[in-house]
Amino acid sequence: MDIETIAKKLNLEVRSASDRLKNNVTGGYTGDLLSDVMANSHEGDIWITRQVHQNIVAVATLKEHAGIILVNSCEPARDTLEKAIQEKIPIMVSSLPAFELTGAIYNLLGKKD
Amino acid sequence: MVAWNKLKITVHTTETENYLYTNNFDIEGGNFSNAGTIATRIKSILKEIGLPNEVVRKSAIVCYESEINVVSYARKGIMTLTVTPKTVEIEVIDEGPGIPDVELAREQGYSTASQQIREMGFGAGMGLYNINCYSDKFDISSEVNKGTFLKIIINIP
Repeated sequence: MDIETIAKKLNLEVRSASDRLKNNVTGGYTGDLLSDVMANSHEGDIWITRQVHQNIVAVATLKEHAGIILVNSCEPARDTLEKAIQEKIPIMVSSLPAFELTGAIYNLLGKKD
Repeated sequence: MVAWNKLKITVHTTETENYLYTNNFDIEGGNFSNAGTIATRIKSILKEIGLPNEVVRKSAIVCYESEINVVSYARKGIMTLTVTPKTVEIEVIDEGPGIPDVELAREQGYSTASQQIREMGFGAGMGLYNINCYSDKFDISSEVNKGTFLKIIINIP
């Protein structure tokens, strides 16, 4: 399933790399500890987090995530956005808390399979 | 591979001269805006060399954690990457506060990170633990008020 489909179904607001919404999402990971995300997430994951600072872009780039979704209507910091545009990492914003968003995406990806 | 005059700790050298690639990368302490860029570059290099995905994945994790440690705690550091036909070797030497008890620091959950670093999602005491988990050999030596030296080996199957 691509990011665009997930974004439409869950009313996500796209903040960067809107030309990369065809990125394929193969799984997901939810977490705010960067070392945990580094160790346990996978390429193609959509990363759900509350962190808004620029280092999330470095992690997503390194892990080749499909994109990042910020929860609870949190907005990315300005330098985060600049970096995300530069690295072509889609960052989206959801009004949902992490638990609900994770469940919704889990179900979407499950239906697809 | 690297020499740091101010640091009186043992710096090992690569066990084989038969390397495919070697290079040094400077890491700037305290500069969180560039944190992760060295690990990203090294990942690209290893991919380009054509190493197996699992080796690239493990190397990226240990490079990232080592880089973040230098950025978080040290004034500056050098990461040396050496690829041989059988191993990826990563050495990191920094000029910084050092670690008083390296065995304790290797334990999951132990951290001396400031509140500010923790709020960014670092400093959860997973760094050295992750390096240990994702490497085949991991040596660490440190001298307080001088710096820390890491040598990490990942075998290529």
